[in-house]
Amino acid sequence: MLKKIILPILLGSSIASASEVVFYSTQANPLKEADAMRNDVLIDYDGNVKFLPQEAGPFFSRIQAESRTNSVTLGVLGALHGQFPQIQDALDPVDDVLAQLPKVSANTAITKLGKLGTDHQKYIPWMQATYIMAANKKALPYLPKGANINALTYDQLAQWAINLTKATGSPKLGFPAGEKGLMHRFIQGYLYPSFTHSVVTDFRGKDAQEMWAYFRSLWKNVNPRSTAYNLMQEPLLTGEVWVAFDHTARLKGAFDQKPNDFVAFPAPAGKYGRGFMPVIAGLAIPKNTPDRAASVSLIKYLSRPDIQVKTLKATGFYPVVDVALPEDLPANVRIAGKAIALQANAPDALPSILPVGLGNLSGQFNKVYQDTFQQIILRNADIDKVLNRQAKRLRTLINRAKAPCWAPDKASDGPCPIN
Amino acid sequence: MNKKYYPYVLIAPSVLFLLIFFVYPFIEVFVQAFTSSDGHVGLSNFENIFTDYNFLPSLKNTLLLALVVVPVQLCMAVGMSLMISKMKKGRDTVLYILTIPLGVSDLAAGIIWLAILDQNGFLNSFLFSIGVIDQPESWLNYQNPIIIFTAVVVAEIWRATAILLVILVSGIGLIPKEYYEAAEIFGANSWVRLWKVTLPLLRPSLQTALILRTLLAFEVFAVVMLLGGSNMPVLMGETFNWAFNYQDAGAASAYAVVILALSIVFTLFYLRVLRVPKGARI
Amino acid sequence: MSDLSYDEILEKEVREVNRKKKMWRWLFLSSVAFLVSWILFPIYLLVVNSLSSADVINGFPKNFWPAFDMESLHFFVNYYGVLGALKNSLIAALFTMVIAIGLGTPAGYALARFDFRGKETFRMLILLTRAFPMPLLALPLAVIFINVGLDDSLFGLSLVHTALALPFSVLITSSLFLGIPVELEEAAWVLGCNRWQAFMKVVMPLALPGLTASAVFAFVISWNEVFAAAVLTVNNQTLTAFLVQSLSTSPVEVKFAGGLILILPAILFLFVVRKYLFSMWGIANR
Repeated sequence: MLKKIILPILLGSSIASASEVVFYSTQANPLKEADAMRNDVLIDYDGNVKFLPQEAGPFFSRIQAESRTNSVTLGVLGALHGQFPQIQDALDPVDDVLAQLPKVSANTAITKLGKLGTDHQKYIPWMQATYIMAANKKALPYLPKGANINALTYDQLAQWAINLTKATGSPKLGFPAGEKGLMHRFIQGYLYPSFTHSVVTDFRGKDAQEMWAYFRSLWKNVNPRSTAYNLMQEPLLTGEVWVAFDHTARLKGAFDQKPNDFVAFPAPAGKYGRGFMPVIAGLAIPKNTPDRAASVSLIKYLSRPDIQVKTLKATGFYPVVDVALPEDLPANVRIAGKAIALQANAPDALPSILPVGLGNLSGQFNKVYQDTFQQIILRNADIDKVLNRQAKRLRTLINRAKAPCWAPDKASDGPCPIN
Repeated sequence: MNKKYYPYVLIAPSVLFLLIFFVYPFIEVFVQAFTSSDGHVGLSNFENIFTDYNFLPSLKNTLLLALVVVPVQLCMAVGMSLMISKMKKGRDTVLYILTIPLGVSDLAAGIIWLAILDQNGFLNSFLFSIGVIDQPESWLNYQNPIIIFTAVVVAEIWRATAILLVILVSGIGLIPKEYYEAAEIFGANSWVRLWKVTLPLLRPSLQTALILRTLLAFEVFAVVMLLGGSNMPVLMGETFNWAFNYQDAGAASAYAVVILALSIVFTLFYLRVLRVPKGARI
Repeated sequence: MSDLSYDEILEKEVREVNRKKKMWRWLFLSSVAFLVSWILFPIYLLVVNSLSSADVINGFPKNFWPAFDMESLHFFVNYYGVLGALKNSLIAALFTMVIAIGLGTPAGYALARFDFRGKETFRMLILLTRAFPMPLLALPLAVIFINVGLDDSLFGLSLVHTALALPFSVLITSSLFLGIPVELEEAAWVLGCNRWQAFMKVVMPLALPGLTASAVFAFVISWNEVFAAAVLTVNNQTLTAFLVQSLSTSPVEVKFAGGLILILPAILFLFVVRKYLFSMWGIANR
């Protein structure tokens, strides 16, 4: 009696059915997205799957703990490109899975990233997104004269921000510079490439100094609450901010709730072009997973074109396979989709790829850019001094990781140099 | 059994428990703090965090927050528990209400106060409706570090005074009435009774309450993150960042050791200052 | 004449005293009212927000009266696995409560009544558990748990939560026992009780309310702990681990409703045990 009833409660019902695949993911973490993943995306999967979204912290700890003890319960891992390096050693190579997914591997640029700079495929690309700009339609009349919203320059953006401050009495441009915001991506993938045609090599050159000076003056017309914004859809909806930069999935709430109030448009261009950066999420399988065949079949399922479309509806992340999008898409996809295409196909488009080969130093790589921003923009430190100090940190990191340059920096033999 | 062994038998279960569930994992983290990324034993992790530009601000903020919040809370809790001890009608209800924040996690408390202090929040709505402001003001921005600090102080006081209250209330409840009667006979007014009877007899509870509250104050995190974000770095937040955002477990462990060191210093201080003399037992 | 003036003076004094008394009473009542609303009003505002639609939450100025839009709350009730997670949370919290009291009370008694070598060391050990960030301990703990097969179990989780609750349990009970005159126990010994009987018959009844207080702490600590719960459980997640992780990146209306869902059970629990928690007043008036 006691054994039958109490023990299972005490020891947890770890008698969970063996065929159930645990799908552990840092993506689709917001509750409503998780709900949509379960009810719309995974519902048709032929088999048992348990979708468990988790924040990065517990996600990493759990995977590391399981890999240290070789007792693995997780089946499929979903995470961002930049998150995989930290758990790189716990991942089973998935070259065999990729070979079964011709539609995914057709996208060679993205697929290559999934090797994380090694010889083996570490993750299968799952979905993608990017960062764009969004504006409240109320802001449009204040665009500087002659500016085309779909081909803005950074100088026009600055003028626009000034006009808005003057017209409304408070700064209406906003950035996601909060604790969980993605501000560093704006610096790495948008500002640096557009102003310096580089991310690493020209970290502290003359172009970079000019760029920071520009950003500092732009910041005078940025809503000071920006350092508390994590998802720009919130201040856009409240009207605290009229013009914003963010991840497409973090703007989608605004587009969906008030499709008639907002427009989306490409990021501005600097003197070297219109820098922009993709976001790639991937699927991986942990070593020693209980049922690898089931994990593989789930990955295959998630790569199906129709499921990729459903995933888009659920999360705001776009397919990585070539698929014709249907008509009945949610408002956010219609609004953002156009801006994404305009951004990617602009004549002056300057795509960055994501950092590769940094291993578990990719977190500290981001820290270099976050800290530089904090010190120069928020604490008004001397640009030259900060850049020199941070360049030193950057060089140490790159040398430790022995990471060669990636686009838009020119390819290098050996670790990417910093001038 | 020899009487000498009684205390050891009594503490044995908890010691054993803590050895397994605290000391063992703790040692692992401690070792990690003194191991550099290439496997050498040394202080490189500490060097790493001490030279980080966020270390001093986070240390300063954490200490300052504890120094402001804990004394205010202590006074409030003493006042509240005395007040409750004077009440006749509705005492249980009032006490229940005052302890409600016990059940509110720090994240939930952060959400609540954000709803009030946010640009579109209730405070601005109120100020707007009485005509103090004519459009929503953003109080919690990086240009107003003092306002952010104050907001965190207010939220922390709201959230965590109940812990002190419960400890003190159960302490006051145990002071025999005769002491007060005696004091009254000698003509002591209520002020004298507070200083000469209540507070001295409450010393064990005060000590416990202060130590626990201070230790918890050093671990303040979620409220600060929600109200201040990166504008108000605190030690615990930096630990979290190093562990999961910057992915450097060594540096995170070093931060944890700093928090631990602070806690030891303050605990020893309280144990000394509020020593409970043997003779003072009732 | 002089008698009359004496009476008058007396009357004046009485009136003066009455006035003062009234003033004090007024002051007293208004401070009680202030403190009560200081605690309740923010919670009320959370309720208002969680009963509002997304539009209202994003609007300005805010209404101080709920619109009774149940959509967000409805979402939670129907959210995948909420009920199971709620049950898990309760079980883990109850286990934690029992273990923490079971381990903490003897230790607290030892600290209060005996002088022994290593007492201060023990006290420090207990305190330091609270001085170390849980997120860092979670990884090594998970490794231990997986190795001994306690992984992904509520019992295992409650052991970790007990480590967090134990300092409260030990210190609160020890300050309680310190407050109970040792003479009472000695009297019981004289009357022929042994140490155990004296403890159970004399000390326990006096300490019971305080013990409840420390039990409540243990419950609430377990209820609100997030990190260990998220790492140590996969199939048996607790409600907090389940929700809190996702709240900060969820849209505002979900955030507020989630906040309410998180605090309601704990507030209800406090309400249920309040009688035990506060029956200490009966004792105080002994």
